Amino acid sequence: MKMYRSHILVAEDSKSLSKGAKEIEELISKELRALGLDEEVLVAPTGSLGFEDIGVAIAVYPDGVIYAPVTQNDVPRIIKEHLLKGRIVKELAHEIGKKDVTVTESRAERVLSIQERVLLKRVGVINPESIEEYIAEDGYLALEKAIEKGPQWVLEEVKASELRGRGGAGFPTGKKWEFTAKAKSDVKYVICNADEGEPGTFKDRVIMEGDPHLLIEGMILAGFATGANYGYIYIRGEYDLSIRRLQKAIDQARSYGFLGENILGSGFSFDIEIKKGAGAYICGEETALIESIEGKRGEPRKKPPYPPTCGLWGKPTVINNVETLANVPPIVVNGAEWFKKFGVPGSYGTKLFSLMGDVNYKGVIEIPFGVKLSSIINDVGFGIKGGKKLKGVILGGVSGSLITPNEIDTPVDFNSLALIEAGPGSGSIVVLSEDRCIVDIAKNIAYFFRHESCGKCTPCRVGTEEMYKIIDSISKGFGEVKDLERLDKLSTSMKLTSFCGLGQTAPNIIQQSLRKFREEWLEHINERKCSANVCEFEEIMEEVTNE
Amino acid sequence: MSDLVNVKIDGRPYQFEKGTTILKACKSIGIEIPTLCYLEGIAEEGSCGVCVVEVKGSRTLQRSCITEVTEGMEIITNSPVVREARKTNIELALAHHDITCPTCVRDDNCELQTLARRLGVKEVPFDKIGSFYEKDLGGPVIRDPSKCVYCRRCVSVCENIQNVNALTVAKRGIKTYIGAPFDLRLVDSPCVNCGQCIMNCPTGALSERDDTDKVWEALSDTEKYVVVSTAPAIRASLGELFGLPAGTFVRGKVARALRLLGFKKIFDTNFTADLTIVEEAHELIERVKNNGVLPMTTSCCPGWIKYLEEYYPEFIPNVSSCKSPQQMMGAIVKTYFAEKMGIPKEKIFHVSIMPCTAKKYEADRPEIDASGVKDVDAVLTTREIARMIKEAGIDFVNLDDSDYDLPLGEYSGAATIFGATGGVMEAALRTAYEMLTGETLEAVDFVEVRGLEGIKVSDVNIDGVNIRVAVANSLGSASKLLEKVKAHEENVHFIEVMACPGGCIGGGGQPIPTNDEIRLKRIQALYKDDSERKIRKSHENPYIKQLYEEYLGEVGGPKAHHLLHTHYTPRSPWEALEKVSLNK
Repeated sequence: MKMYRSHILVAEDSKSLSKGAKEIEELISKELRALGLDEEVLVAPTGSLGFEDIGVAIAVYPDGVIYAPVTQNDVPRIIKEHLLKGRIVKELAHEIGKKDVTVTESRAERVLSIQERVLLKRVGVINPESIEEYIAEDGYLALEKAIEKGPQWVLEEVKASELRGRGGAGFPTGKKWEFTAKAKSDVKYVICNADEGEPGTFKDRVIMEGDPHLLIEGMILAGFATGANYGYIYIRGEYDLSIRRLQKAIDQARSYGFLGENILGSGFSFDIEIKKGAGAYICGEETALIESIEGKRGEPRKKPPYPPTCGLWGKPTVINNVETLANVPPIVVNGAEWFKKFGVPGSYGTKLFSLMGDVNYKGVIEIPFGVKLSSIINDVGFGIKGGKKLKGVILGGVSGSLITPNEIDTPVDFNSLALIEAGPGSGSIVVLSEDRCIVDIAKNIAYFFRHESCGKCTPCRVGTEEMYKIIDSISKGFGEVKDLERLDKLSTSMKLTSFCGLGQTAPNIIQQSLRKFREEWLEHINERKCSANVCEFEEIMEEVTNE
Repeated sequence: MSDLVNVKIDGRPYQFEKGTTILKACKSIGIEIPTLCYLEGIAEEGSCGVCVVEVKGSRTLQRSCITEVTEGMEIITNSPVVREARKTNIELALAHHDITCPTCVRDDNCELQTLARRLGVKEVPFDKIGSFYEKDLGGPVIRDPSKCVYCRRCVSVCENIQNVNALTVAKRGIKTYIGAPFDLRLVDSPCVNCGQCIMNCPTGALSERDDTDKVWEALSDTEKYVVVSTAPAIRASLGELFGLPAGTFVRGKVARALRLLGFKKIFDTNFTADLTIVEEAHELIERVKNNGVLPMTTSCCPGWIKYLEEYYPEFIPNVSSCKSPQQMMGAIVKTYFAEKMGIPKEKIFHVSIMPCTAKKYEADRPEIDASGVKDVDAVLTTREIARMIKEAGIDFVNLDDSDYDLPLGEYSGAATIFGATGGVMEAALRTAYEMLTGETLEAVDFVEVRGLEGIKVSDVNIDGVNIRVAVANSLGSASKLLEKVKAHEENVHFIEVMACPGGCIGGGGQPIPTNDEIRLKRIQALYKDDSERKIRKSHENPYIKQLYEEYLGEVGGPKAHHLLHTHYTPRSPWEALEKVSLNK
């Protein structure tokens, strides 16, 4: 094996690629060749380094320096100074917010001070298109161990880990698997829900782009533990790069004998197919997703029966979120007890979040459950942009919950969040500064749901439209106080009678805002005033009187 | 005992069989939970959210129509939360509904209206949302999206009962559209005009094309000689639209009402039902004797004919070439009757009263006319003629009986049962038996082909020859039967197909509601009429004999062929779509 003095990793997730990461990689190679360094320094693509929000990022190892954003003009200088002369280009090295960052700190110590990299440990480190690099980093070790120990052991270990689903509902994964494992059927399926349609949520993408084999291995383990021989990855159609890398990973896994007939001589067979979604939010709902795979209109099915016993084509089906499945290989390799060292009782393990909004650092983060929301904002996100005051946090997506500054010290775990009627939901944290208007946010959310309601049931089909109409009129200055009561009643009715989770959760944030930010709503109505200066009030037309 | 579960409903303990829905459980103990989208056996999808109840321990309210009782379940059917939720969902449905009750075809017969009243909706506290789509006009079945409540019963009946698939759900959210696929109009879709969607629509979103103006106009035109003929099924159903119990036999009142409306002659389509049987039985015997194409299928149902042309064109040679009784009546009125009366056929305006929306389509088929002018000028459904009678101020319930006009008003018992599933088969067997054997058939009741089952198969021994017959009740059943015939799993000689469940008594032009209980009552009325007729075999109808002697000549002869027989055309269900893509 060839040894290199230095490695340059170029973040080539989809966002970075759209910002020219590939061209940067090519330019680096060219510069290295020109300086005769190409035998000493290896350039390789990797997953997200966490800076795609600001531009292309590269990491230079073993120094652990991250340059971001890197432009074409910066490349010759970085190569010449850092790789040839060994001098770090301080002014190009990444600096976050107003914090003075010393560039010699390792990346983990610096940006990731309170993060815990379990799921993302290979992202930004290995080349996601190389199965060899995955294997070199303990990849497919879990599969080997699983085959040695047997399906029942895997199931017990996952149960013992108390892993809870990362898709939103937090259902115990082991329990779900057990239903399917016990169901008697000649055919069973594993579906990975990779539809990731919640606005502001992109944490699954980071796994799929940065470490696709982790998901593949998780799915094989799910199939092994439950007796399923076929898996589908139902993936958001826009996730081009994820689709490409997953397909490559599937092909590689097949050629290595990790997928296909008689895997590693175990007698167990499993294969995976990718199904692209067509952009409907509702298809993230598990039964609508199943309908979609079956070629039907994406609409929720009545439950019961539930998918673990009667899912795809009426067969027992395990359906898990990407992140949930990604948790399985490390649990199998290291054991349930190891897993339970992360997090807190009731919420073990680490959790990925897409940190968004008015914070200085945006991106996908991995934290152990139990870290306070305030710590995520201040220590990981480096505080509010421009030193503004915090208005609130949208946690868990637009169907999640609205957290006020008073609640900001709540630990992020299932049980603590439940006390404030919240949950990790889709895994997104959108931080709102004082510059945001709550009515405007509610309007945006209502607009989204009215667009994405599947139209099956009356409360959601008409309710989302009416919700939008009421909020829209308030935002334009035509609201009345009784509209707030109407909105509240409508929200309650939708929550209670919508057919599926979409309509039941669509009013969550809007209804919470009515209670938590009532003054701001009233200000819009009574004073035609928007303190955040976001809403544009329309003139009230004077009634024309005939003279 | 293990099949019983213990539940509490409104605090009281009950036991129900496992698998019972909350809705049915409640109904059995006298609690009528309101429903809108639910239609037993047809639509059980829980879309409207009106039938919700509280179930202890559940975060949300539960839809009683699709939720089964489970051991220990505690159900609350009437609480402030439940009442508020049900009401809100009706209010939301009304917010997106064009509330024009006084001018709506379903005023006073609308499930949304009934629910709004029952649940005490006094106003709609939401902004009105207009319709995003235009009316779908042009064919016998009209869709008005502004009245749609998105219950999808129509989609379900078209797909699951009829297997036609002319209706689907498109788009999403508030812009969800129920209608023909690919933005087609219904007339350009595979729609066979059976009207079962109308029968299952809770509101005025689906209705028949109203042709009453055309008929009023003809009636007031002094140049026109307006005659009318009424289908077998009308006499067993029209009374319902005037408050009479289902199954009331109102033939005499129908004749009187039509006279009062100003029709010059009142004819009975039963007469040409007899004529159809004579021709069709003859055709069957010819096919059996001469190794013709078998199984032969009936041809009197226009919904079935279009379905066959679209989905089973390979069976076209199997279909009897006989026209339907409506079209035979049309041809006879404008030839035989016109000549007999010395009235120019151009002056005659022939109105046909049918339980059926597809008959409107049939009368407009280009190949159908035999007289040289349009054989049938207007087709009115049971519902439309009722509207005319009401508009004219005729006190239908208290009318005395009038008779139909001869010679086209006489009929046999065999003709009257055309209106029920299996009736055409039974009528044909009565005549075929005697034609084949030359002997008198004593036991005329073929009860094996009666009843509401989807497919009825029976063996009939005629003169030592076994004739195997099958009756398909609904197009879905027809499809199943034909698949079996194709697979050689079923070898039959003669098949009757009626598109509508129950036959014409359940036709798409009939009073709403029509359910199995009502269907059976209407059917009973027809069989009773049959059993009370002196003449119970079509070929014994003296005026049929007279018609052949005076005018048609031989049964199955050239003149009969010209006037009474037709042909069919294979057509793609997606004809219109294919044209569009060709143009592109």
